[in-house]
Amino acid sequence: MNDSTERRNNALHPSLAILAPHLDPGERILASFRLDLDPSRAFREGIVALTERRLIAMDDLAARTGFRAWPLEAVTGLTATDRGGLGTLEALGADGLLGRWHYTLGRAKGVASVLDVFAGLRAERQVPSATAGQEADLEVPETVQPEEPPRVGTLFRLLRFARPHLAWLALGLCLTLTSTAAGLIPPLLTWPLVDDIFAPYQEQVKIARDDPTIGEVAREARLESLREKAHEPFAMVPWYLLGMIGSGLAAWGLGWGQGWVLARLSERISADLRNTTYAHVHSLSLDYFSAKRTGDLVTRISTDSDRICYFLSDTLTDFTADALMIVGIAAMLFYMDPLLAAATLCTFPGVAWLTYTTRTRLSEGFARGYRAWDEMTSILSDTIPGVRVVKAFAQERREVERFKASNDRIVAANDRVNRVWTFFWPMVAMLNQMGLVVAWAFGAWRVFDQVITVGVLTAFLAYIARFYGRLESMTRMAGSTQRAAASAQRIFEVLDRAPSVAEPANPVSPGRLKGEVELRNVGFRFGNRRILDDVSITIRPGEMVGVVGPTGAGKTTLLNLICRFYDVTDGSILVDGKDIRSFPTLEYRRNIGIVLQDPFLFYGTIAENIAYGRPAASHDEIIAAARAARAHEFILQLPDGYDSIVGERGQTLSGGERQRISIARALLIDPRLLILDEATSSVDTQTEIQIQEALDNLVRGRTTLAIAHRLSTLRNADRIVVLDGGRIVETGSHEQLIAADGLYRSLYEAQSRHEMEHPGEGAPVEPLPPQALLRAEPSRKESP
Amino acid sequence: MTTDLTSGDAAALALHVDAFGRMVMALPGAAPVVNVVPVRCFPFTSPTQRVSLCDPQGHEVACITDLADLDPGVRSLLEQELSRREFVPTIRRILDISQGSEPTAWHVETDRGEVRFVLTSEDHVRRLGLNGVLISDAEGVRYRVLDTRALDPQGKKLLKRYL
Repeated sequence: MNDSTERRNNALHPSLAILAPHLDPGERILASFRLDLDPSRAFREGIVALTERRLIAMDDLAARTGFRAWPLEAVTGLTATDRGGLGTLEALGADGLLGRWHYTLGRAKGVASVLDVFAGLRAERQVPSATAGQEADLEVPETVQPEEPPRVGTLFRLLRFARPHLAWLALGLCLTLTSTAAGLIPPLLTWPLVDDIFAPYQEQVKIARDDPTIGEVAREARLESLREKAHEPFAMVPWYLLGMIGSGLAAWGLGWGQGWVLARLSERISADLRNTTYAHVHSLSLDYFSAKRTGDLVTRISTDSDRICYFLSDTLTDFTADALMIVGIAAMLFYMDPLLAAATLCTFPGVAWLTYTTRTRLSEGFARGYRAWDEMTSILSDTIPGVRVVKAFAQERREVERFKASNDRIVAANDRVNRVWTFFWPMVAMLNQMGLVVAWAFGAWRVFDQVITVGVLTAFLAYIARFYGRLESMTRMAGSTQRAAASAQRIFEVLDRAPSVAEPANPVSPGRLKGEVELRNVGFRFGNRRILDDVSITIRPGEMVGVVGPTGAGKTTLLNLICRFYDVTDGSILVDGKDIRSFPTLEYRRNIGIVLQDPFLFYGTIAENIAYGRPAASHDEIIAAARAARAHEFILQLPDGYDSIVGERGQTLSGGERQRISIARALLIDPRLLILDEATSSVDTQTEIQIQEALDNLVRGRTTLAIAHRLSTLRNADRIVVLDGGRIVETGSHEQLIAADGLYRSLYEAQSRHEMEHPGEGAPVEPLPPQALLRAEPSRKESP
Repeated sequence: MTTDLTSGDAAALALHVDAFGRMVMALPGAAPVVNVVPVRCFPFTSPTQRVSLCDPQGHEVACITDLADLDPGVRSLLEQELSRREFVPTIRRILDISQGSEPTAWHVETDRGEVRFVLTSEDHVRRLGLNGVLISDAEGVRYRVLDTRALDPQGKKLLKRYL
C-alpha cells in the first residue's frame, strides 16, 4: 500500500566511502547492495558488496561495525530467497554457510545486481568491464519515505482543474466580493442613526424631563417643541432603513448568484477530476491493478471526488465569503477606532492557534478514518462477487464478523476525531463570547473617555458579533477542509502514478503487422524473483506456437510481455523486426487478439460484447464472427438473440458459451497476433471440442501463441515451447518432443494416464453440464 | 449448413404451414425442411433484418438478411409466425407500482390486456434504445415500453424511479 510514497534513489557513494578503509589498494567495488535489516532482523542499514577479489559486508553502516570479508574463491554460491516480505541473501562456502543477510522486499531490486555480478565473476573468473560496474551502481536499492498526513496544500493542486473554467471562477469571486460588501453596509447605517438622530434627541428630551427649574406645563411645551424640531432629522430614518433593506436584498440576490455559479463550477471541476483520474487509471499498466484493491480504487474515483465537489461548492464558497467578511469587518473596526479594534480582536490569535493545532490532529484522524473506510469497501468488493464461495463454505457468519470488525475500526477512528472535534468547537464559541465581553468593557471605557460616541459603539458591537459569527463558521469548516484535503491527496496519489509501461519518445506506428515475433534474451524480474531468464525464440508470421510447462514456469508472464502489459527487464521483444517499445501501446495492441481462461464479458448485449474491440462493426460482421466462433446458434436460442443482455447482471451463460463469445470478440478485430491463455481449461471435454473448432477458425493465418494446460489442445501447433523455471528447456513439434523424452514427454504421459483412468472427465475445475442439456430447456429466463 | 439468403435467394424462399401447424421451408433446388422456427437475431436493434430459420434442434438452416427481400405473402406468414413465438407485451399505461422495497408489484395495461406482475429487482428494467424500456418480471416474461414519452404523466412518474 505504499504506492503513494515517493521513491527516490539513495546515494550509494557515502556508504561506499565507509567501506573504503577496508579495501585493499586498487580494489574496486563492482556491485553493492544496501541492506535495511541487521543479522537479528532489526532495522539497521548495512551493506553487501562485491569487489573483483572479495565479497565484503558490513552489518551496521552507522556504527561502522560488523565488517566481514571473504575471498571470492571461498564463496561457492550466493543465493537470494524471499518469504513473506523478508528477503534473505546467503553466501555459501565449500564447508557451509559463510554469511546470511536479511532485507525487506522493498530493497529486493538491488540484490539482483550483486547476484548478476557475482554470477558474471564466477562464470568468467575475470573482472567484468567497467560498464557492468556502473550498471550495478545504478541499480541502487530504493528507500521508502514514511507516509505523511494530508496537507491542505494538496487542495491547491485542484486549481489545475479550475483553469478551463476561469471565467466562471472570476464571476463567482466577483459575486462573493459584492455580496460580502453588501452584507457590511447595515451596521454602518446604525452609526449615523444613533449618533445623528437618536442620541441628540434623547439627550435633549432627557434634559427637558429632568430640568427642575420649569413647571409641568412648560416641560410639556418644551417636549412638544422638541418633537416638532425632531421631525426633520427623523425624516431620514426611513431612508436609512430602506438602505438596510436594500443592502439585505442585494446580499441575498448576490449570495444566491454566487452559490449557483460556484456550485455549477465545482460540479464541473469534480467531473473533470473523475474523468481524468479514471482515464489515468486506464493508462496504468496491469501491475498497478494487481497491487491495488478494487474497492480502494473505486472509492477514490467515486467518493473522494464527490467529497471534493462538496468541499468546493459548499465549504470553499462559505470560507471565501467568511474570510472576505472578516477582513472587511476588521478594516471597518480599525477605521472606527483602532484601539478598540485591537483590544477586541485580542482573542483572535487564540482562535487561530487553536484551529491550527486542532487541524493537524484532525487531519491525522480523518486519514485514519479513510483507511478504515477503504478496508470496509474492500471487504464488500471481495465478498459480494465471491458470495458463492462464502455460501459454499458456510462462512457467512465469519464474513459478517469480518465486516463488523472493520466497521468497528471505522467507528473507533471516527470516535477519536469526534472527541477532538466536539471539544474544539464549543471552545471557539467560548473564546468568541469572551471577545464580545472584552468589546463591551473596552467600549464602555472609550465612551467614558469621550473618545467614541454611542453610535460608534453600537455599530462596532454589531460588527464584532458578525465577526465572531463568521470566525466560528470558518473554524467549523476546518473539518471538511481536512476531509477534502485527504480526499484530494488520495486522488492525486493515483494521478501522480506514472504509467510503468512508458510511451516511446519517438513512436513508430506499427500499422498492420505481419506478425513475426522475435524474443531476444528476454528476462523478467519481479522483485528479486526471476520469472523469465534469457528466453529467445523467433516465431514466423502465421505460425502457431504452444507454450507448455509446469505452473509457475513463466508462461503467462511471457504472454503478458508480448502483449506489453509489462516491459521486459532484460533483452527485447521485436515484432516485424522492431522493438515493441518503439510502438505506441494502443496501436500495437490493436494488432493483438486475446482469449483468456476466464473470459470477461461486460454488462451489455451480446452484440456489444462481440463488437467490443470494434464498436462500429455491422450486424453482418458480428454474425460472421459469432458463426466462426461457433456461438451463433446458441445465441439464437437466447430469448433476445444478439440483443440479450449478458455480463454481471445479465443472462447467465455457461463457461463454454462465454468463451465462444470471447473468441468471436477476438475474431472480429481480425488480429495479426493471437494470444490464447488457457482458453479451454475451464470447460468440460465436450465444450472443449466446440471451442476447439472455434479456435481453429481463429488461429488460421495468424501468429498464435497459446498456453495450454491440456496438451491435446495444441495438436495443431507448429511448434511447442516447453518452459521450466523461466527458461526454455525444449522446443519442437509434438512428435519431436515425445521422441526427445524430456519434460514434455513426462507431462504428456502423466496427462494421458490421467485421462485413461478418468475417461470423459474434463478439466478438474468446475465441470459444466454439456451443451445439449442446456439446449433442451424450452426457454430461458433472465437470471435473477 | 447455413445459407445466407440475400435479395435474390430470399425472393425465391417459399414458406407454408403444414397440416400439423409446422412451418415448412422450401428453396429451389433443395429438399423442403419441415418444422423450421424463425428467430430474429436482433429483435430490438434491427427486427426486420437478419431473421434466422432454425431446425427443431436449434441448428440454423437459413438466415434471411432482410425481410424486405421476401415475397410479400411469405413475409406476412413469417411475421405472423414470429409474433406467435415472441411474447413481449407492450405496456401502454402503468396503473400502479407498489411503493417500498423490492420486489415490487406492478399493475399495467398492455396491448394484450391488463396484467399484474412482480419485479424482483430494478436491474431487470433496462433501457432499450433512446426512449424504449424492457422490463423482465419474476417469471421471465418481458414487457416493453416503446416510448416512455408516450406514457401518461402518472406512468412517467412511476417509471422514472427505475431509470
